[in-house]
Amino acid sequence: MSALVNHSLILVVLIPLLAAPLCMLFGNRAVAFWISFFASLFALILSLHLLLMVIDGDVLSYHLGGWAPPLGIEYRVDAANALVLLIVSAISTVVLPYARVSIKDEIAEHHHTLFFACYMLCFTGLLGVAITGDAFNVFVFLEISSLSTYVLVALGANKDKRALSAAYDYLILGTIGATFFVIGLGLIYMSTGTLNMVDLSQRLAPLEDNKTVRTAFAFIVIGMGLKIAIYPLHRWLPGAYTYAPSAISAFLAATATKVAIYVVLRFMFSVFSAKFGFELDTVRLIFFPFAIIAMFAASLIAVYQVNLKRLLAYSSIAQIGYMLLGVALFSSAGLTATMAHLFNHAITKGAMFMAVGAIIMRIGSPLLPKMAGLGRQMPWTSAAIVLGGLSLIGVPGTAGFVSKWLLLTAAFQQGYWFIALLIVASSLLAVIYVWKCVETLYLTPSTSNVAVAEAPLSLLVPTYVLVIATIWFGLDASTITVASQTAAESLIGGGYGGEATVMGVEGRK
Amino acid sequence: MDHHLILRAITKILVAPILLYGLYVQFHGDFGPGGGFQAGVIFAVGFILYGTVFGLRNLRDKVPDYVVHRFVALGLLIYAGTGVVNLFQGGNFLDYNVMAQKGYQGQHWGIIAVELGVGVTVFAVMLAIYYAFAGRPPQINDEDW
Amino acid sequence: MDNLFSSGFIFGHMNYWLFVVLMMTGLYIVVSRGNLLKKVVGLNLFQAAVFMLYISMGKVAGGTAPILTGNPDEVYSNPLPHVLILTAIVVGIATTSLGLALIVRINESYGTIEEDEVLALDQQQERDELAALEEEVLKSK
Repeated sequence: MSALVNHSLILVVLIPLLAAPLCMLFGNRAVAFWISFFASLFALILSLHLLLMVIDGDVLSYHLGGWAPPLGIEYRVDAANALVLLIVSAISTVVLPYARVSIKDEIAEHHHTLFFACYMLCFTGLLGVAITGDAFNVFVFLEISSLSTYVLVALGANKDKRALSAAYDYLILGTIGATFFVIGLGLIYMSTGTLNMVDLSQRLAPLEDNKTVRTAFAFIVIGMGLKIAIYPLHRWLPGAYTYAPSAISAFLAATATKVAIYVVLRFMFSVFSAKFGFELDTVRLIFFPFAIIAMFAASLIAVYQVNLKRLLAYSSIAQIGYMLLGVALFSSAGLTATMAHLFNHAITKGAMFMAVGAIIMRIGSPLLPKMAGLGRQMPWTSAAIVLGGLSLIGVPGTAGFVSKWLLLTAAFQQGYWFIALLIVASSLLAVIYVWKCVETLYLTPSTSNVAVAEAPLSLLVPTYVLVIATIWFGLDASTITVASQTAAESLIGGGYGGEATVMGVEGRK
Repeated sequence: MDHHLILRAITKILVAPILLYGLYVQFHGDFGPGGGFQAGVIFAVGFILYGTVFGLRNLRDKVPDYVVHRFVALGLLIYAGTGVVNLFQGGNFLDYNVMAQKGYQGQHWGIIAVELGVGVTVFAVMLAIYYAFAGRPPQINDEDW
Repeated sequence: MDNLFSSGFIFGHMNYWLFVVLMMTGLYIVVSRGNLLKKVVGLNLFQAAVFMLYISMGKVAGGTAPILTGNPDEVYSNPLPHVLILTAIVVGIATTSLGLALIVRINESYGTIEEDEVLALDQQQERDELAALEEEVLKSK
């Protein structure tokens, strides 16, 4: 048991990584599901344990291969990445049982084991990006997750051929983003000669005026910006979310962009000194306007969507705007709001995409007008969409309210009352598109006379796990706020680079 | 069967040395330049050459798709499994030093095992890519050449 | 900065000039070409430029290949960028083959690999769906 705890930092990534080839080796659908489910559950338990270990502000470190950093690769966990690990593994554990049923009529039978293998690789990649303390390792894991994501999105082609062009767009833009990121890494490696994040931060501190380092910073932010889908770089996102299989839409919307945001935070605050980006004001000049444009423009586009999945995708871009706004505020309170919104938006969007997937499974179409009057025929599923929608708007009692409240207080703290007004105003746009769903589901008479059955329990239960979580974390705001606060302090206060408890065996120097 | 006699004869002569060379690069990898990546590709080239000359169907009969897929998984398992063995021996993940009495010997064993995993996966992936692309269009008849 | 136009500055940074030219060529191809296949070629050029950046920065003047010879005074090039880029090359291969596989599938289901035609077909399908919807609504009334 103690060995399990000692090596938990590596096991979190290793178990899903081992699950992927095992799925393929057995080549049986049911076995593959159970392997990936248990791997995911195991990762969830470990990341929960990790979060509890670092919630007081401790930092854990693990020396891979028995070589001490900065020579060897290091995994390093503070509250910020423990929270991200928890988000990713929790969502994955909930989505997997859903996927087992939902992929049955979305993906050809003989591809199911490969689906689970791919899913596990994607999961491994996302966890790896979050946990690693080595800058190049981030790129490697990022590409593991991205490559498997392209495949998973393309699997939607069984139902709609547009998934192929969506996956292709995602591949081109994602690769450009990742390559920009590597160029950035190359430039900082060139000027410092190290890739370990903690070591980098120490060596970059005196290089603030160095043009190479500034260029590197720009490349890293823009490259990851493509993966985050910051407003003008979001072109790949609506297509990918819309045409991917339902389970994958839910998983991606809840995790992929969140992990990318975490990477930017880590690089901005822990690798480059926090002062660095902001003295140049570049980040403030870029993040502020584009976050606000995203909040309005993407919400406005969402209002006009007929395809419910595409509507949710645009709403995701708007919500990313809120997260970036928290970063741009550049205060402990703003970052707390960002971290909390990462979590809250993940459970909200996950729940909504899963509910929409259940509807699509029953009526075979994601188009809103086809869902007219479904509120009576699929009461539970429709209720899930409405509850998720309330959380998107930020109605008190839901998770979305907590993070929006944190964001508002952060804005007021800085005296940006105008920004606070804009946050409220853009929430009104969310009211419009959520109302559009409610109106279609409950108030429009059904156009077809065909009776539609309620979604099967196997889909409803995972959906409701997330819906209940949305309500739970809306009522009990303290848990997530405390975790986000510790995460924000660790990011902004440089706790990441401080003394770390070495787990496992101490590495050789 | 008597088409492209020269191609067939030369392929038959070449395939075995190519595979042998692949193995050489694989196992010489820890002493000199070489290793799993290169060896896997060279080893796969032997098969791909066979497939191009004697027909994809023939190759697929000998090395069916499911075998290739299993090999992809197997290689990754060998790699990660080496790390797991290190964990059980009381070291960190991929800490080869614990694999033998003397540290450098352990490093030696570890690298051989890991490179084997890399080689197997690269070989299988190359073959899988070849199958995926070459198996897509209708087969070209012998008469159409 | 005062010797910006000296030959030493220009030729001393030759690898960076070439990197920039190659990178922008690749990126330009990705952006400007409508053919999906050509986009992948551009992407490859773009990545190759990065490989070049990394490998050239590992070069130590007068250094040999980084193989232990027993001579402690031996100067050798920094092998770390090479190892890093080996990983990036593998990622590049995976991306290329995945991109090509997607193109094959797109060609099979769309019958074309020109981006504008694919886009037109996508939009056509969207319009058809909406038209079918309106018809359905009319019928129910």
